[in-house]
Amino acid sequence: MTDPEHRSNISTIDIYEEVSDWDVNAGGDKVVAKRMTGRFRKLKWFGMSVWLVYFLGPYLRWDGQQAVLFDIPNRQFHFFSVTVYPQDIWMLSLTLLFFAILLAAVTSIAGRVFCGYFCFQTVWTDVYTWIETRLEGDSPQKAMKFKSAPMSLGKLSRITLKHALWLIIAMLTGLSFAAWFTDAFQLWKDYFTLQAAMPAWIVLGMFTAGTYVFAGFMREQVCFWLCPYARLQSVMYDQDTLLPAYDAERGEPRGKLKKGQLDSAKGSCIDCRMCVAVCPTGIDIRKGQQEGCITCGLCIDACDTIMEKTNQPKGLVRYASYKELHHKHEAAPIFKRPRVMIYGLILMISCGGVVYGFTNLTPTEFNVMPERQPLYVQLSDGSIQNKYTLRLLNKTQHPIEVQYQISGLEGATLHGLDDLVYIEPGRMNQVIALVRLEEEAINQAISPLIFTAEVIEGPDIQIRYESMFMAPN
Amino acid sequence: MADNKNNPNEVSDTGHEWDGIRELENPPPRWWTISLYLSGLLVLVYFILYPSIPLVTGSTKGLLGWTQIKEYHRGLEEIEAIRAPFEQRLAEMTAQEILDDDEMRNYVVASTRVLYGDNCAACHGVGGQPVPGSGYPILNNDDWLYGGTIDKIVETLAGGRAGMMPGHANLLTEEETDKLVKFVIDASNGEATEAGWKLYNEKGCFACHGADAKGNQMLGAPNLTDRIWRFSGEPAEVRRTILHGVNDASDPRTRIAIMPGFNERLAVKLEAEEFGDDPEDYYDGTETERLSETEIKKLAVFVHQFGGGQ
Ligand code: SF4
Ligand code: SF4
Repeated sequence: MTDPEHRSNISTIDIYEEVSDWDVNAGGDKVVAKRMTGRFRKLKWFGMSVWLVYFLGPYLRWDGQQAVLFDIPNRQFHFFSVTVYPQDIWMLSLTLLFFAILLAAVTSIAGRVFCGYFCFQTVWTDVYTWIETRLEGDSPQKAMKFKSAPMSLGKLSRITLKHALWLIIAMLTGLSFAAWFTDAFQLWKDYFTLQAAMPAWIVLGMFTAGTYVFAGFMREQVCFWLCPYARLQSVMYDQDTLLPAYDAERGEPRGKLKKGQLDSAKGSCIDCRMCVAVCPTGIDIRKGQQEGCITCGLCIDACDTIMEKTNQPKGLVRYASYKELHHKHEAAPIFKRPRVMIYGLILMISCGGVVYGFTNLTPTEFNVMPERQPLYVQLSDGSIQNKYTLRLLNKTQHPIEVQYQISGLEGATLHGLDDLVYIEPGRMNQVIALVRLEEEAINQAISPLIFTAEVIEGPDIQIRYESMFMAPN
Repeated sequence: MADNKNNPNEVSDTGHEWDGIRELENPPPRWWTISLYLSGLLVLVYFILYPSIPLVTGSTKGLLGWTQIKEYHRGLEEIEAIRAPFEQRLAEMTAQEILDDDEMRNYVVASTRVLYGDNCAACHGVGGQPVPGSGYPILNNDDWLYGGTIDKIVETLAGGRAGMMPGHANLLTEEETDKLVKFVIDASNGEATEAGWKLYNEKGCFACHGADAKGNQMLGAPNLTDRIWRFSGEPAEVRRTILHGVNDASDPRTRIAIMPGFNERLAVKLEAEEFGDDPEDYYDGTETERLSETEIKKLAVFVHQFGGGQ
């Protein structure tokens, strides 16, 4: 604490000078963005349409089966004619890596493209807002008027319709999600006959509630307070990153039109606040780059419209890099930006890995596990016996019969596996193999030993597994 | 709602100030307040539903009647429900049938580890390999005192085993003892001499270990010509076995090697069945049943699968 005398010397006004920048919406007001047409609006619709895949994808058929299906109970992932088992899950890791790095790469080149055009949060919010503005007025003023109007039958029916539409979208969202994990058509039947499994109801419930609350009420709050990506963006930007930006040099000092005429003493910005009205996160781009900006470009559309109306050149708000705005020189080309090049390299590697994985899916999975306790045992004739557990997963669509063999170790014989081993499709078989080595042949503690599984009945497959044979020193 | 937007210059403060930073009297955000009250409510609900308030003896029980031990039992029931169909089939199968059925055999190998650990591993080791020199029989090699077929293993487990070798301290001279020790060690290496064989037969060892010294599984007499030692191949240890025997009650220095029976009733039943008799006539009511018949079968299959089963 400071003493009162000292205190009087400090003007709190100075300290709290930046108070206007603290204009943080912590949930008090809901942003209802105004809608305007323009280039970026069109782009946004285009980006949003990608989500049609999410809604329609589960109904795609392939070979009489659901084309893409995450079959969790059976631990299989069907992707058109390919079936991926948990053993190939590394491809999923690479896929995730690919998208994570793609996000970083795109962000460093052109900002939060994902947020602005593709993110489910902003896309669903946009659709919800569209419905809302259709029913309750498409500008903040009209919306306010609707809100403050006395309750009437007309108002009530509009509000009810809005919530009904929201809920329908929310439920469709949940249902579509569940449909990726089970037969889509059967799922509809199950829901309508109330026969669906518990997890299906839980998914439906959570997605409905989540969508309704997040897109209907929380909106930009999710971007501000819940989204981890929004927190990371600043480390992915650099001075070459293209971002929607306000050209302050050209715009300031801002000033309103005087009698419909431009004030020549002022900058280009006529302070119409149109850019703020259209912003889905309710921020003012003229204050510079900030965490709320999802780089949707809608403020560019808005300002361009205004510039056109006031006969000024477009681009007061535009996609521009920091260098371009503040140092007046072009952003560095992509190939001169090491960060982007490294991202690109990782992208290529992970993409290559996934392609490799898909083209090299093995029809079987073969594992040999040597017994560890004990490592070996001496038999009555002095020979040494090792025990192994052989596991073979049949990933083909047909039953197979397998013959096991060993090689690579002189004097070793395989016991306990005289018959062919029969394995159903999709099943894993486990057998115990005993390998004996004559006393005379033992010359080292650890010798390499190769197991071979050869498919006798079924597709022509032969797999090797390099293991070890243990003996006393 | 969260009216932190109020200009700090207009909002009153608490009078607290640190280096010019004042503590304003803005209310916390509403979502925060709501979550605070909700968490309080949650605590209340939790207190009512679950055991919570400590009393002198124990605590309040809670409406749900939840206890840790109940949860444990529920978990146990769940696992037993998964195992039940297997266990039911096991009860109806013979050990041999279990061994021949891939699925059941794998189930037994996977699920019997604990049972083996509790009852057998202390002596026979985790993988059927006892600590070297401990004198307990090895279960994972091909040398069996009483036979390594699945039925013999069941028999051994059920009735237990106690081999008997008399001590020879009073029957052998010092020199003869030395020679016999050498013979036994040589026989194990396949280098037994003519003279050794002669002494072996003279002293009547063949009565139990056989004319070819390959042992007798009826008696549990070990094979002396293979590389596996029942106790130890050290000359001093071999000597001890010869002089003092195994389970010879008359010799205080004898080796004690007794395997307890884990289901004597089953052993009696097997014996009766072998003679085609009614087991009821054989029971005398004193037979113990430390493990159930199904458990004996599971253990037999488990032991058989160590790699030595025949
Ligand atoms: S400031 Fe512009 S680009 Fe950023 S979110 Fe708002 S409208 Fe979109
Ligand atoms: S839309 Fe353009 S002119 Fe209007 S306030 Fe925003 S920057 Fe200024």
